[in-house]
Amino acid sequence: MTLAIERASGDAAAKPLAAQAVRQKKNERPSWEEPPTVVGEAAKGITLGGVVLVMLVPLWIIVVTSLSTQAAVNRAGGLVVWPDEITFEAYRVMLADSTVRSALIVSLGITAVGTLVSMAVSVMCAYGLSRARSLGHRFLLMLLIVTMFVNGGVIPTFLVVTGLGGYGQWWALILPSAVSVFNILILRSFYSSTSVDLIEAARIDGAGDWRILWSIVLPTSRAVTAVMALFYGVGYWNSFFNVMLYMPTDSEKWPLQYVLLTYVNRGNGMPGSVNSGFGDQFSQTAPLALQMAVVVLTLVPLLIVYPFVQKHFRTGVLTGAIKG
Amino acid sequence: MTTLRADRPARPARLSWRTRLRRDRSLILMTLPAVLLLVVFNYVPLFGLATAFQEYDPLAGVWQSPWAGLYQFERLLNDSLFWGALKNTLYLSFVQLILFFPVPIALALLLNSVLSERIRNFIQSVVYLPHFFSWVLAITIFQQMLGGAGALNQFLRSNDIGTWDVMTNPDTFALLVTSQVIWKEAGWGIIVFLAALAAINTDLYEAAAADGAGRWRRLWHITLPGLRSVIVLMLVLRLGNALSVGFEQFLIQRNAVGHDTAEVLDTFSFYYGIATGDYSYGAAAGLFKSVISLLLIWGANKLAHAFGEDGLYRK
Repeated sequence: MTLAIERASGDAAAKPLAAQAVRQKKNERPSWEEPPTVVGEAAKGITLGGVVLVMLVPLWIIVVTSLSTQAAVNRAGGLVVWPDEITFEAYRVMLADSTVRSALIVSLGITAVGTLVSMAVSVMCAYGLSRARSLGHRFLLMLLIVTMFVNGGVIPTFLVVTGLGGYGQWWALILPSAVSVFNILILRSFYSSTSVDLIEAARIDGAGDWRILWSIVLPTSRAVTAVMALFYGVGYWNSFFNVMLYMPTDSEKWPLQYVLLTYVNRGNGMPGSVNSGFGDQFSQTAPLALQMAVVVLTLVPLLIVYPFVQKHFRTGVLTGAIKG
Repeated sequence: MTTLRADRPARPARLSWRTRLRRDRSLILMTLPAVLLLVVFNYVPLFGLATAFQEYDPLAGVWQSPWAGLYQFERLLNDSLFWGALKNTLYLSFVQLILFFPVPIALALLLNSVLSERIRNFIQSVVYLPHFFSWVLAITIFQQMLGGAGALNQFLRSNDIGTWDVMTNPDTFALLVTSQVIWKEAGWGIIVFLAALAAINTDLYEAAAADGAGRWRRLWHITLPGLRSVIVLMLVLRLGNALSVGFEQFLIQRNAVGHDTAEVLDTFSFYYGIATGDYSYGAAAGLFKSVISLLLIWGANKLAHAFGEDGLYRK
């Protein structure tokens, strides 16, 4: 049995996207293609422009509102589309709020530790399974793949984690979802098809498997490592359901996503906003600019990391990987 | 598996397993942490599915809880809330299949026809981005744009057109959640199709053009056949996941819209399992879903094989 994902990512690693590369270089219309019609080009431009706007306009409005004064928000009757009075007051109040501050630290901590754990475990496992004809690798691979199709579901997993004393514990937010078999399979198919000659040479020189993994395989597969780290990192940064399961009432342990859900999405009052510069202590809900600042805060780390990793999407790392 | 040049030589053909164990022990050691985590958090919960056949008592645990046979499943089949959740799941899955599935294909074709590399890269960077947002964030953004106090209604109010709260309207809920999925995932979905498009031999286009085939005929006779196996694969995946329409997305919005429309199988299992402490009942609902899903994956794959495609896995 072969999974589609393995075929696909193996292919992607093996053959560069020659056809596209040629076309991308030239950047011009092939001679045999008929000249474009004005209507066709206009329709294409409007559609793609529209798509880009649909993605970016909401983000723009949210950022601008987060930077607005209460007066500007009142004038606009809500969200602010054009910058009016710019202030960082919302960010000052937000970062003075102890819940948000601890949530930021919790989110960063869980993301850092979780990604490190996940990557260490996955890289080792992927390399361990990537050497052809090694003892037991077929069985172990099967053991992994089965979990992609069969799982106990939310409740049995919840019972196991709480049974191990995970309720309210940090590890409950990391370990149950630390291994993504999908990511391991992608890494594995890269490891088994890249730098085979180098590995062979190193083995003749007497290098062991740990040494080969650390000084040959990892340095020659930086792109896929970066993308996998992004996948795991984003997963940890974005998770909120496991918080709901394992520490629903413990607001000191909430990560940012849960704070976003509580104060912005559900509109519960934010303790720190009372007696703030917004003077909104009678309202149940936090002032709009403050809410939008929380939204921006959850976005910022993504936007910082994204450009560095995103360039690898195009180098063919993901072309096959996503096929699963 | 893919044939690879092996650094573990095939010869001498027969090594005793002891020798192989000595040779490969560090490889096996490397897989252990992952295997251990999977055993604890994936395989052990499989045994936990036994709770579906019990009257689970948290104080007694899985070992001591009394057995109940198929009682929980009988309850499910007589529970109109469960049937409602199943109906909602299938309906939403169907709407997503019709409205979401073609979008990444169309977008990929459109993007592929853009000549400027810089514009193409820019658009790709933008449309991939929402894939990395959490559902909390994505829904918050939708709420701010389309909700009762959102940008849309702000605009409608200021022009005296009345208001239209999309976020809490059960009638348009299916369209709302589908447009959320399109907004968040359609961009990411194009990657696969872009790769398949890039793999099509451009000589084919040139030859077809020389033979007088216009752009639509080239699309029909070259491009779409070139995408065929990827489209089939994605369809198999979609059909296999017909009972999973996105858990967190519905968990967050269920209360705003009401469970009549927004309850899906996954939220049902959660709400009646964990939130109310009726663990066995929730586990039974989860098991029901898993079994049907496995059958669906198997069936969809059979269908793909029947069409001469590889599908998700091949023998």
